Amino acid sequence: MVQRFIRGIIVPALAIAVWEAASRTGILKLEFLSRPSDILAAGIDGLRDGSILLATAQTFEAAALGLAIAVVAGVLAGTILGLSRPIERTVGPTIEALRPIPAVAFIPLTLLLFGFGLPMEGTVVAYACVWPILIATVAAVRGIEPRLLEVAQALELSFAERMRKIILPAALGRINVGVRVAVGFALVVAVTVEIVVNPRGLGYSLIVAQQSLRIDLMYAQLLWLSILGYTVNALLRTVRTSEPDLQAGRAA
Amino acid sequence: MKRLLSTSSIPSLAFAVALIAAWQFVAESRIVSPVFFPAPSLAFEVLGVRFADGSIWPSIGATSLRMLFGWAFASLLGVVVGAAIGSSAMARDYLEPTLEFLRPLPASAVIPVAILFLGLSNEMSISVIAFGAIWPVLLSSVYGFGSLQVRLREVSAALGLNRIEFLRKIAFPAALPDILSGVRVSLAICLILAVVTEMQASLPGLGRDIFLAQRNFRSADLYAGLIILGAIGFIANHVLLQIERRLLRWRHPNL
Repeated sequence: MVQRFIRGIIVPALAIAVWEAASRTGILKLEFLSRPSDILAAGIDGLRDGSILLATAQTFEAAALGLAIAVVAGVLAGTILGLSRPIERTVGPTIEALRPIPAVAFIPLTLLLFGFGLPMEGTVVAYACVWPILIATVAAVRGIEPRLLEVAQALELSFAERMRKIILPAALGRINVGVRVAVGFALVVAVTVEIVVNPRGLGYSLIVAQQSLRIDLMYAQLLWLSILGYTVNALLRTVRTSEPDLQAGRAA
Repeated sequence: MKRLLSTSSIPSLAFAVALIAAWQFVAESRIVSPVFFPAPSLAFEVLGVRFADGSIWPSIGATSLRMLFGWAFASLLGVVVGAAIGSSAMARDYLEPTLEFLRPLPASAVIPVAILFLGLSNEMSISVIAFGAIWPVLLSSVYGFGSLQVRLREVSAALGLNRIEFLRKIAFPAALPDILSGVRVSLAICLILAVVTEMQASLPGLGRDIFLAQRNFRSADLYAGLIILGAIGFIANHVLLQIERRLLRWRHPNL
């Protein structure tokens, strides 16, 4: 374990050492690649004056908004499609036609509709995130033991009650799989929207740093993004291991 | 990936037509300003005109070529590096943590760096696409080459195959299902990044077209561009699915 950790750290450590040495001796030009030590200093400055943290909060805000919309829309629509084959057969092809449109292609449209700011970014994120959740929900609802649904019918539960008492508990494990994929998308899409047009968040401050030739700050923010992405991924992995048995809904 | 949602039937066609008709009705009744919400007939009219005078082909060509070039680079590099890392436990120990750290980085975040090095050029666009699209291929081929059955190694040792022969005749076909699924994910990423770089660097293509359409409030052109982008994504995915089915026929001889 310790040995594997050391092996894993050798390559990046060597690369950084060579990089630092090369830029100190002038082999690497500073206008393209700042020194690792300068990058670290710029990053610490940015964290200390709060500018990086503010941008991070803005990016996460948009990612969370989009994800929330996607979860509500995806689970609702997915449940309806999962419960009824005729509806699924009618609506399915339209969904399959919309799904391949890249979410970023909606940037101009949402800009036209909402202007710059949180709503347009949230909408693009929601479009990207809704598909994995929708697909996972359809599969999850279809996998529910049919007898459970018959019981719900016999008890004459309303749609809301059926949803809350039977469907969601039984399907939650598999819906989670889709939500986890969507969480990964959310951050990426939010940053992309900021880089392309939206003047807020980490993506925008990355572009500003490059255009104002603060190359060290640009690399520092890139490093910060890597750390954020890595942390989110690591958190998702721990959720996966502590997840209830996916077949629980079937066995119940 | 198996087809989860069914694809065609008369009610489904009726639904799609009804949806477009409703859209047309709302647009014509001007409940929403046509600046934001043009009638679908206008969007299709734009498509008709641009196909008729041929002015849409350069855009479709530019975006598709960008996507395919980036995808080819990413796939080749991903499979070669993935094979090297996957077939050696030692290489996995040394390199996997670094890769795991780089992978979650949004590909679009390297655009500023790529612009710094390569300017607002096609090379910039293709390297960003390749960077973003390499991860699914790389990781799936690391997995594919890393999870070979021990017996396959024993067989190739018994046959006296050298390392190259082993990789080409045994390991590659065995890893192919994993590689192909990664390759398909990466093609979707390529289309996304092609559009992003076109918008960001104002390179010719459908991404720039829809961006300019928005700036000039030509919303019918914008919707027309969205329709074409959806079609490209749909076709690309289905072509790959067909290729995948053909290449992997040996796994399910009955299908």
